[in-house]
Amino acid sequence: MSQPVELPDQIYVGPVIDEGHSLASVSDKVGGIVLKRKTTLGWVFGLIVAFGLLQALMASATWLLIKGVGVWGINIPVGWGFAIINFVWWIGIGHAGTLISAILLLLNQSWRNAINRFAEAMTLFAVMCAGMFPVLHTGRPWLAYWLLPYPNTMALWPQFRSPLLWDVFAVTTYLTISAVFWFVGLIPDLATLRDSTRKPWQQKVFGMLSMGWRGSARHWQRYEKASLLLAGMATPLVVSVHTVVSFDFAVSMIPGWHTTIFPPYFVAGAIYSGFAMVLTLMIPVRKFYGLEDIITMRHLNNMAKVTLATALIVGYGYIMEAFFGYFSADVYERFMVWNRMTGPYAVFYYTLIFCNIITPQFLWAKRIRTSPGILWIISIIVNIGMWLERFVIVVTSLHRDFLPSSWGMYAPTIWDFGVFFGTIGLFLFLIFLFVRALPMITIFELRMLLPGARVKEPVAQ
Amino acid sequence: MSELNPSLNLESIRTKLDKAKGATYWRSLDELAAGDGFKEFLHREFPRQASEWIDDEGRRNFLKIMGASLALAGLSACTKQPTEFIMPYVDAPEQALPGKPLFYATAFPVRGIANPVLIEAHEFRPTKVEGNPEHPASMGSADVPTQASILGLYDPDRQQTVDFIGEVRSYASFLSNLIGILEKQRAKTGSGIRLLTETVTSPSLYAQIQEVLKLYPGAKWYQWEPTGHGSRMGAQLAYGQFLNTVYKFDQADVILSIDSNFLANGPGGVRYARDWAEKRSVRGGKKTQSRFYAVETTPTSTGSKADHRHGIQPSHVEGFARNLAAVLSGGTPSAATPPPPAAQKFFNALAKDLLANKGKSIVIAGEDQSPEVHALVHFINQTLGNIGTTVMLTASLEAKPVDQWADLNALLADLHSGQVDLLMILGGNPAFNAPHELNLRGALQMAKMRVRLGSHEDETSEVCQWNLPEAHTYEYWSDAPAYDGTISIIQPLIAPLYGGKSPHDLLAAFTETPELSSYQVVRQYWTAKHTGADFETFWRHAIHDGYVKGSALPAVTATAKLIAAGATSSDTSGLELSFHSDPYILDGRYSNNAWLQELPRPISRLTWDNAVILSEKTAADLGVKDEDKVSITHNGMTVHGAVWRVPGQPDGVAGLTLGFGRTRSGRAGNGAGFNVYPLRSASNPYFGQGAKVTKLGDTFKLAAVQHHFQMEGRDPVRTGSLDEFKQDPYFAQRKSETPNTGLTILPTTFKYEGYAWGMAIDLTSCTGCNACVVACQSENNIAVVGKEQVLNTREMHWIRIDRYYSGPADNPETYFQPVACVQCEDAPCEIVCPVAATETDSEGLNNMVYNRCVGTRYCSNNCPYKVRRFNFLLYTDWESESLKLQRNPDVTVRSRGVMEKCSYCVQRINYAKISAEKDDRKVRDGEIVPACAATCPSQAIMFGDLNDPKSRVSQWKADSLNYSLLGELNTRPRTTYLTDIRNPNPELKEL
Repeated sequence: MSQPVELPDQIYVGPVIDEGHSLASVSDKVGGIVLKRKTTLGWVFGLIVAFGLLQALMASATWLLIKGVGVWGINIPVGWGFAIINFVWWIGIGHAGTLISAILLLLNQSWRNAINRFAEAMTLFAVMCAGMFPVLHTGRPWLAYWLLPYPNTMALWPQFRSPLLWDVFAVTTYLTISAVFWFVGLIPDLATLRDSTRKPWQQKVFGMLSMGWRGSARHWQRYEKASLLLAGMATPLVVSVHTVVSFDFAVSMIPGWHTTIFPPYFVAGAIYSGFAMVLTLMIPVRKFYGLEDIITMRHLNNMAKVTLATALIVGYGYIMEAFFGYFSADVYERFMVWNRMTGPYAVFYYTLIFCNIITPQFLWAKRIRTSPGILWIISIIVNIGMWLERFVIVVTSLHRDFLPSSWGMYAPTIWDFGVFFGTIGLFLFLIFLFVRALPMITIFELRMLLPGARVKEPVAQ
Repeated sequence: MSELNPSLNLESIRTKLDKAKGATYWRSLDELAAGDGFKEFLHREFPRQASEWIDDEGRRNFLKIMGASLALAGLSACTKQPTEFIMPYVDAPEQALPGKPLFYATAFPVRGIANPVLIEAHEFRPTKVEGNPEHPASMGSADVPTQASILGLYDPDRQQTVDFIGEVRSYASFLSNLIGILEKQRAKTGSGIRLLTETVTSPSLYAQIQEVLKLYPGAKWYQWEPTGHGSRMGAQLAYGQFLNTVYKFDQADVILSIDSNFLANGPGGVRYARDWAEKRSVRGGKKTQSRFYAVETTPTSTGSKADHRHGIQPSHVEGFARNLAAVLSGGTPSAATPPPPAAQKFFNALAKDLLANKGKSIVIAGEDQSPEVHALVHFINQTLGNIGTTVMLTASLEAKPVDQWADLNALLADLHSGQVDLLMILGGNPAFNAPHELNLRGALQMAKMRVRLGSHEDETSEVCQWNLPEAHTYEYWSDAPAYDGTISIIQPLIAPLYGGKSPHDLLAAFTETPELSSYQVVRQYWTAKHTGADFETFWRHAIHDGYVKGSALPAVTATAKLIAAGATSSDTSGLELSFHSDPYILDGRYSNNAWLQELPRPISRLTWDNAVILSEKTAADLGVKDEDKVSITHNGMTVHGAVWRVPGQPDGVAGLTLGFGRTRSGRAGNGAGFNVYPLRSASNPYFGQGAKVTKLGDTFKLAAVQHHFQMEGRDPVRTGSLDEFKQDPYFAQRKSETPNTGLTILPTTFKYEGYAWGMAIDLTSCTGCNACVVACQSENNIAVVGKEQVLNTREMHWIRIDRYYSGPADNPETYFQPVACVQCEDAPCEIVCPVAATETDSEGLNNMVYNRCVGTRYCSNNCPYKVRRFNFLLYTDWESESLKLQRNPDVTVRSRGVMEKCSYCVQRINYAKISAEKDDRKVRDGEIVPACAATCPSQAIMFGDLNDPKSRVSQWKADSLNYSLLGELNTRPRTTYLTDIRNPNPELKEL
C-alpha cells in the first residue's frame, strides 16, 4: 500500500524534494533565507522598483479622490473600465493559493507542501489589490461603507438583490479566511524561526507571532484539526468567490454579460490565471534563492498541467459563449459575438484567444513543462491573456448594447494605468517583504516530504 | 445702508395695492416697476446678495459701511443702537409665497420676432421659460433659443460695466460725454450721427428712433442683420412691397419646403410645428396625413420629416423653383436649367401632387434662400391659389423694412467719407457678421466716436470707444410683434443684474426727455396708440396675457409677378457652399450660451462646433474623412474647418453653419467652431460657387453625441407608411414578439392602485428640434460638461433625440426618437444598485435618490436604454454666482460621483399632487406637464395617469401604433412610442 508507484519515464519528472535533504537541512535552508541570508542588492533593487510602482498607486489614487472617477476613461455606456477589469483579474489570481492550500490539502496532494505558503501569500496580496478597486471605482468612495449591512440612523439596509453586495460578502469572507489560514499555517514555522534565531529582537517578534507554539503533540493535533477545518471552509470559497464575481455580469441583462456559463467559466479562469501567476512568481524566486531542490521540476510540471487543464475549460467557455450567441437567435446576442470578433476591439479578442487558448497548448509537451524559462514566458502570456479576457467581457459587452444610438467607445487614461500598475507595485512590494521576512515555504510540511519522515501516503505519486 | 428702508417701501407697496382695482392684475409687475419703492423692495429683499454684489454702487457702499462699522465698533458700547426693522411676511405681497413660483407673461424676441413666454419666477427670481399657452404663436410651447434665453440672462460673461477704451466709467460720465457731442451735432442738424441697429420690429423703439431723427434731421439710421434678406427682399421682388407671410400648415394637404427649416427656426416656427404635427399625426383613428416634400441644400431636421426629400445644389434651387413655377402655370421647364434625370421623377410627381391640391398646398422657401427664390415661391403659391387659404400675406412685421445690404453699403460710404462723428451701434455684432470683404471692422474705426450697446464685450465692442452693457430682454420694458403681428408687451422680470441699459434708455438720452425709463417709453407709446376708452384695463390685460388681443395683422392682398430670370453663373469648377444659420445660436448671437453650444445639432449630432458638412461621395472624392481638417477658399478668403460626413448631403456641396468661430464671445462661445462669414460674399451671400476645398493633413476632434446611425435590424424606431397603417392598424405592434410577462421566477405582484404615471411619445409628430432637451436642462439644473467631456460621451442631457437612418446612404430616410428614462416597472437598474439608491415607487416612478447614491454606475451599465447620466467629475458650476440664481430651487443640484436621470419632472408631479390633496381631489389630466412635454412645439409628448382610462396618455397608449422600446426585454417601460407614420407618394415608391 505504501509502496511508491513506479511511473513510466515519459510521465515521471522527478521527486517532490531532491535527494540529500534531512530534517535539519530543510529547516536551515528555508529558515536561513529569513534569518541568515544577507540582504542582497538584487532584493533591494527589486523592492525599490516595486515601491516606485506603489507610488504610482498613491499618486493615481490621490488624484482620483481629488477629482473623481472622471479622471479615468470610463463613460456612458462603458461605466466600468480598468477598475472592474483589474478587480476581477486580481481576485482570479488569488484563487490558485486557495486551491493549492485548501483543495489540494483535502485531496492529500502532498506535492503542494512546497508551494502552498507562497501561493497563499500571493492570494492574500492579490485580494488586497483587488479589494481596493470596488472602493476606488465608486463615485463617492467616502460613502462606500454604505454597502455594508450595519445598523444606521437612516434605517436602511443595503439592497440585497445586487450582486455588488454579494461581492462585498464574498470578498471580505475570502480575505478573512485567506488571512487566517495563512497565519495559522505560519505558526509552527514562526516557532521554528524563534527557536533558531540568535537575535533577541527576532526572538521577541517571532515569539509573539508564534503564539506560544511549543510543538507538543496536543498542539499538533489541534493544528491539524484547525487546518482541516479552515481548508473545509476555504474549499467552497474557491468556487463561490469567483462565482459571485461572475454574477456581477451574469445577473445583469447586457448581452455578453447575461450568460449562465459564467460561474464555472469564471472559476476555471480564476484558477487558470492563479496558477499562471504562481508560476510567474515561483520560477524566479526558486532561481534566485536556489530552491530548485525544494521546488522541483515536479512542482513546475504539476502546475503546468493544472494550467493546461484549466486553459481547456476556459477555451470551452469561449466556444460555448460564441455558440450560444449564435444559437440563441437573439439579435443582441448574435451581434455581441460578431462585434467581439469583428468590432473595434477585435484585436483584443484575438490576442486573448492567442494568449489563453493557443499558447497553453505548448504545455502538452513535457519538455516545455519542465523548462522553467519557457514556462515562465507562457505563464506571463497567460496572465496577460486573462487580463484581456476581462477587458473583452467588460468593455466589448458594454460599448455596444441594445440601442445603436448609445453605442460608444472606451479608452483608458494615464490614471487608469497608474492605478493598475500601482497595484502591481503594491503586490510586488508585499511579495518582496514576504520572501525576506517570513519563511516562504512551509518548513514543517516540507519535513513531512522527506523519506525519513513518517508520511501517510507514498511520496512519489 | 441708508437707502434700504423697508418700512417705507412696504408702505408704498401697500398703498399701491390698496389703489389697485381688484387683485386680478396687480401681479403682472406693472405697478412693481411703476413704483420705485416696490422695485427697490424686490431688488433688495430677494436676491439680496446678488444685487449687493453685482451693483457696483451697492458694493462700494457695502465696503464703506463695513469699514465704518469696524472703525466704530469700539464706540458702539456707548452709542444707542439704531432701531432696525426685521421685515416679516406679515405684509407679504399677495400670492408671493416663498416656495411657490409665480408666472409672468412676457416675450423673448428672436431676431425681432416675439416668442411669447411665461417666465417662472421663484421669489421674483426668473428660473424657467415656458411658452405662453394663450398666445397663438406659442400655445404653450417654446423653441430652443427661447428656452435657453434664461441662461442668457444669467450669463456670467455679460458686459457688466460701462467701459471707455478699456476703463470702467459711470453711465453718468457717458451721458455727459454724449451731451457734449449732441450739442455740437445740434448745430449741424445731427448730420454726423449714425445709428446702426439690427432689424427693428418694436413699435415703441421705432417711435423713439423717429423722434431722434426728427430732432436731428441730418442723422441717419441703418439696419443690418446678416440673415433674413431673402424673405424680406423676396416679397419686395414679387409684390413690389414688403410683406410678411403667414402659413397655415393645418390647412395644407401638400407641403413643399425649399431649403426651409420652418419646423425648427424662423418666425412662427413653434406654431408651424404644431399645425404641421396636427395635420400629420394619425392618433385616435385618424387616417389622413398631409404629404410633405423637401428640397434641401443641406439636411435639416425639417427635411428629415419629409415623405420625400431631395438634395439639391444651392445654385440649382432657383432653377428648380423657376421650373416648378413654369410647370405649375402650364408651361414647360426651362431648357437652361433642366432638373437632373434623377430628380425628374421627383419633380414630376411633386408638380402633379401640387396641381392636384390647388388651394390646399404650401410652398415655403428657406430663410437663407435668395430673394429670387422667395419671389418665385410667392408666385408659385399664387399660381396654386394658396394665397388667402393656406398662405396669408400681411404687412411687414418690421417697423421699417429696408434693403439692409443697401443700408450697409450706405453706412460704409458714410464711414469712408469721414462724416460720421457719432456712431451708435445698438445690439448686433456687425464687425463679426458683415461680409469680410467689405472690411466693416476697419471702416467702423473711421467714425470719430463709436458707442456700442452690447450684451457682451464682443468683436464689435473691440472697435468701439464707449461700451455700454445692454440689459437682457427680461430686464427692461419693450414690445415686439409675433410672427402674425400680434403685439406682445415685454415686461421685465428682474432689475438689471449688471446695471444694463436698454435701447430705449439710450435713445431717450438723445431726446428732450433723457430720463425716461423704458417703462415710460413703452407705456407712453401705447397710451398714444390706444384708441379705446379704458387704457388702464387694456394695459393690464396686455401685460397679464402677454399680448394685445386682436393685434394680429390683417391679411392683405397683392399680386405676385413672375420675376425674370437673371444671369445665372455656372461656375462648376469647385464645390458649392451652402450657408445656413445655426438652428440654435443662429447667426452667432447666442454663441455664448453653453446650453445651446452643448445641444446636439439635430442632423450632425455635433456639439460645440460647426463642421464642413460633406456627402460620403464628395468626401471620398476629396480624400477626406470625418474630422479631417480642410481649407475652404472662396471669394478670396480661406477658412479652415473639420469635415463631417452627413448622409443626404447633396454631392459637391459643403454645408456651412454661420455663427461659430467667435473670438470674443465668452467662455462658451470663444473658439467654438470656425467662422464662415469670410466666405460669404456681399454679391451672393446665399451660397457660394467654385470653392476650393483642400485637405490640410491634420485632424480636429469633433464632439458628436451619437456615433452609430443604423438601426442594425433592431427597430428602435418603428416606421411605416400611411397605406400600411390603413391596411393593418396594428402592423407596428406585430413587428416584435410580445413579451410573456409570466416567464419570470419573480412575478411582479405589485398593483399600482393610486396614480400610475406614464408617457407616450408620438414619433410621427417629433421633429427632432431638441427644444425638450433644453427645457429639461433648464428645469432640472442639468450641468453643462464641455467639449472634452462630450468627446468622452459624458454629456448629461436627461433626454436625448436619437437619430437613425434607413435606406440609401446618399438620400436616407431620417428618424428621430426622443429617449429619456422610460421608467421601467421591472427596472434593470434597480436590482443591481447595492445601496437601493434607485427604486420604483408606488406610482411607477423610478426614483433616483441622489443622497444615497455611492456611484457604482452598475445601474447605468445594466440600463438597456443607456439613459442614465453620471457626474464623473464635478460638472455643476459652483463658482459663478449668477448661475446659482438660475437654478430651479425645487430640484437638487447634483455634485460629483452621483448618478442622475429623467424623473418625469417629479417636482412638478408632487407640486400638483399637493395642490390636489389640498383641494381634496385627484390630480386632473393635464395638470402635470413635464418640462419636455410642455415645450414641445409639435406636442409629441403626452404625460399623465395610466390608471385613468380617460386621460389623454391612456388614449395615446391604447392606439394601435403604440409600442414599447425594447419591450421584448420585459422591462415594462412606462414611456412608450407611437410609430412614425409617413405618407409617401405611391408614384415615388421606388425612389
